[in-house]
Amino acid sequence: MSDRNEIANKTNDSGATANTNAGNNANARPIAPAVDIFEDAAGITLLADMPGVSRDSLDVRLDGDALAVEGRVELQLPEDMRAVWAEVQAPRFRRVFTLSRELDAGRIEANLKDGVLQLRIPKQAQAQARRIEVRAA
Amino acid sequence: MLETMFARPQGIFDQLDAMHRLLSRSLGVEGSPGTIRSVAQGAFPEINVGRTAKSLEVFVFAPGLDAKSIDVVVERNVLKVSGGRTSGIPRSDNNVQLYANERPEGKFVRAVSLPDDADTARVEANYKDGILRVSIGLVEPAQPKRIAVK
Repeated sequence: MSDRNEIANKTNDSGATANTNAGNNANARPIAPAVDIFEDAAGITLLADMPGVSRDSLDVRLDGDALAVEGRVELQLPEDMRAVWAEVQAPRFRRVFTLSRELDAGRIEANLKDGVLQLRIPKQAQAQARRIEVRAA
Repeated sequence: MLETMFARPQGIFDQLDAMHRLLSRSLGVEGSPGTIRSVAQGAFPEINVGRTAKSLEVFVFAPGLDAKSIDVVVERNVLKVSGGRTSGIPRSDNNVQLYANERPEGKFVRAVSLPDDADTARVEANYKDGILRVSIGLVEPAQPKRIAVK
């Protein structure tokens, strides 16, 4: 998962123009959002911190087995504002995850609330664990 | 299938990334030293500050909070934002396997020292899409006054 994430970020990097102006970070390398990922019997849940991303600026895309989560930070800024301090240095989030085959990508549910994205990726019905009866011979 | 066979709570690249983030954070923006109150390890939530002619705009990137639980206090020219959040991980369930746990949880406090021209009587706070925006009015700059010598 993480290897894929690295590769994805690199390809993205080479396409972007070099950013030299600290005041205009539109082309800065997007931030990989912090995530929690856990699995239960029926599927995988992914929580991602994407503060400032609204429903309209969120993009969850599936390309083959690559699930890309992307979002733009929407802030209404006064025109004459200049940055004094910046810990968040890009107005964009992006992270790519590779799904494995037993997951049912067609039934992914996405939910965005207060800047936290929740994705629910169910397992294919036949992939759910089932107990195998051991019969005494 | 290999991925699901070996649970890797954190890949090596994630750790490097996290270390890099921590380092660059504690050093402040582009290597400049941070202020005394911003050296907290891996500070959550992250803060950006902007300034206009009329106000100071503080953006606190704190996703997943309940607006009512956020405390914003201005005391002796220091703005303090505190709150907390719980993760959505069902930890009590033994059948749940955790693969990544990067999102900070628990209580937090962050402080920003305000400039001398901040008008602490005019403070507004707004929480939307996981960003708390605090606007602090600035007092009009004092005009230089010429004193006639008699």
